[in-house]
Amino acid sequence: MARTLFDKLWDAHVVRELGDGWALLHVDRHLLHDLSGPPALAEVAARGLPLHDPALVFATPDHAASSLPGRTPGTFPLGGRLHGALAKLSADAGVRFYDLGQPGQGIVHVMGPELGIVLPGLTVICGDSHTCTNGGLGALAFGVGSSESTHALATQTLRQQKPKRMRIRCDGALGAGVTAKDLALHIIGKLGAAAGVGYAIEFAGEAVRALDVEARLTLCNLTVELGARFGLIAPDRRTVEWVRGRNFAPTGEAFDAAAAHWLLLASDEDAVFDREETINAGTIAPTITWGTSPEDAIAIDGTVPDPSTAADDATRGAIEAALDYMGLAPRTAIAGTPVDWVFIGSCANSRLPDLRAAAAVARGRHVAHGVTAWVVPGSENVRRAAEAEGLRDVFEAAGFQWREPGCSMCVAANGEQVPPQARCVSTSNRNFVGRQGPGARTHLASPAMAAAAAVTGRITDVRTLA
Amino acid sequence: MTMTPFTCVTGAAVPLMRANIDTDVIIRIERLTSFQRDQLGPYAFEALRLRSDGSEDPACVLNQPAFRRAPVLLAAENFGCGSSREGAVWALMGLGVRCVIAPSFGDIFFNNCFQNGVLPLRLPIAQVEALAAQCAGGAAMKVDLQARTITAPDGHVSPFEIDSLRREALLHGLDDIGLTLKDDALIRAWQQADRARRPWAWPAAQGAAA
Repeated sequence: MARTLFDKLWDAHVVRELGDGWALLHVDRHLLHDLSGPPALAEVAARGLPLHDPALVFATPDHAASSLPGRTPGTFPLGGRLHGALAKLSADAGVRFYDLGQPGQGIVHVMGPELGIVLPGLTVICGDSHTCTNGGLGALAFGVGSSESTHALATQTLRQQKPKRMRIRCDGALGAGVTAKDLALHIIGKLGAAAGVGYAIEFAGEAVRALDVEARLTLCNLTVELGARFGLIAPDRRTVEWVRGRNFAPTGEAFDAAAAHWLLLASDEDAVFDREETINAGTIAPTITWGTSPEDAIAIDGTVPDPSTAADDATRGAIEAALDYMGLAPRTAIAGTPVDWVFIGSCANSRLPDLRAAAAVARGRHVAHGVTAWVVPGSENVRRAAEAEGLRDVFEAAGFQWREPGCSMCVAANGEQVPPQARCVSTSNRNFVGRQGPGARTHLASPAMAAAAAVTGRITDVRTLA
Repeated sequence: MTMTPFTCVTGAAVPLMRANIDTDVIIRIERLTSFQRDQLGPYAFEALRLRSDGSEDPACVLNQPAFRRAPVLLAAENFGCGSSREGAVWALMGLGVRCVIAPSFGDIFFNNCFQNGVLPLRLPIAQVEALAAQCAGGAAMKVDLQARTITAPDGHVSPFEIDSLRREALLHGLDDIGLTLKDDALIRAWQQADRARRPWAWPAAQGAAA
């Protein structure tokens, strides 16, 4: 019977069928970070259980680490406590730990693919909803809570119920200045933040094939903002070449055998999905959010909605609350809105091509008066590579702060917050109420759009800066 | 951590009828870096319950006397979307919530509920809205997992659907880890076969390689 890519990955990891669509699934890779790692490791230890397979578990501090240049674990004291716990519990359990300042440290969803810890065809979990990022390589990757993480540490498996399958086909080509981030925001705006609830989503089509691997990671990163736990893109030649030579990737003949396997990972021609959507990528403009859900996404030449034209009371109430929180008036053009902060970073957009795109806008320009702009590379390796090719110099000459790798202002669990009522254009993935700090007003956008906002002091169509 | 079984819950149902209530709103991430899981109740829904000076907003339904310690929470679509933080469930438990009723839930939050003996119940929006109207004054409703029924304040009984494995686990407070470890021989046999099938998927133990 014809199968989707998701089915193939799922079936290949079933240790035992449990009935009613449930299966005991093998977990090939388990990533731990400083927030969700320590409680899960501590719980396994408290139960007197050993880790089932410590060689399949990898840990690094990211969420609660300060990004201040010259930081130490104690720069943010609460984070220092979590860092210490993760380091000690990892050492006790025989788990690889990538410490601050070491190549390999970084945001889990950046360092995992970068080191070849995540490979096509693997099952990957982490106590973090953006684990779906790794689906960009063709891995079956999904976020879990602390209890499921504990279960996986103790058994190297999870009891899971198979989700439905959706395919989003992106036809055509993205225009100049339009990126995977714009595509993702456009899709969420069109389908809604709950469209993917209960689904695993495969992204396909010409526009997806044309994306480089980092951009595929960005697109899959936003899958959870569509409500889906899984995002997937079939691996292709580009994926294979991207993976080759990474620390934990196989070598020699083993690599060739693996690559041959990876290239078979695709949905069958006649596979049936529970839901199919088609997006015309050629019509998408640079996209930005105006409200407090990622579905509040509009084209850069769009206007903020008018609650008085809402279809029902609930929608009207939601729009009014979002406008009030965001400090925006109905029917105003989003372009031209003055900004106070710009944040370039996060597991959505902190990889080398993201920083290059932002630097291309920043080069020869300067951050506008009154704007604070941060660049937080996604990993220690990204930081070093960006510095080696001169991106740090470009950013610093333009008045951006160049910082140490971590989650920083995306998660705001590290002492780094956008001040109350300040307006921030951010390359992260969540514009929830209070996400970047109590009262913070977040507009999600691509790295190039964020850089454009920084240098103009306003929300700006990056295409006008060419 | 042993789970509290869920059999039947009767009490007030707080109507929080908004769509897309995310887990950041349920519990701020900073609270998870500062407090233990059983200390989170007072910090649940801070952005909704508290004014900017930190005082309680009496207009917020969660602060109304009729709904303090309400065991049921009613919400609109996609409740618990966003971050995977299990602290969102712990914070709800800290408020006294044992059952959340909404048309749909964030997938990870939905799973996390079952891991903690909290029942996330999916009902059509019209039915949730009808319950919210009846429960607005603090009248009690009943959720009976054994019978798979809810009883509205007016006495109307309606059935609900729930996956049978999940229901069993909730009714008996089953511990998944203990259950899975009974299959450990099967897990190890699968792993041994997989090492032959996909040698590239198995990194060397720490110290043996990069």
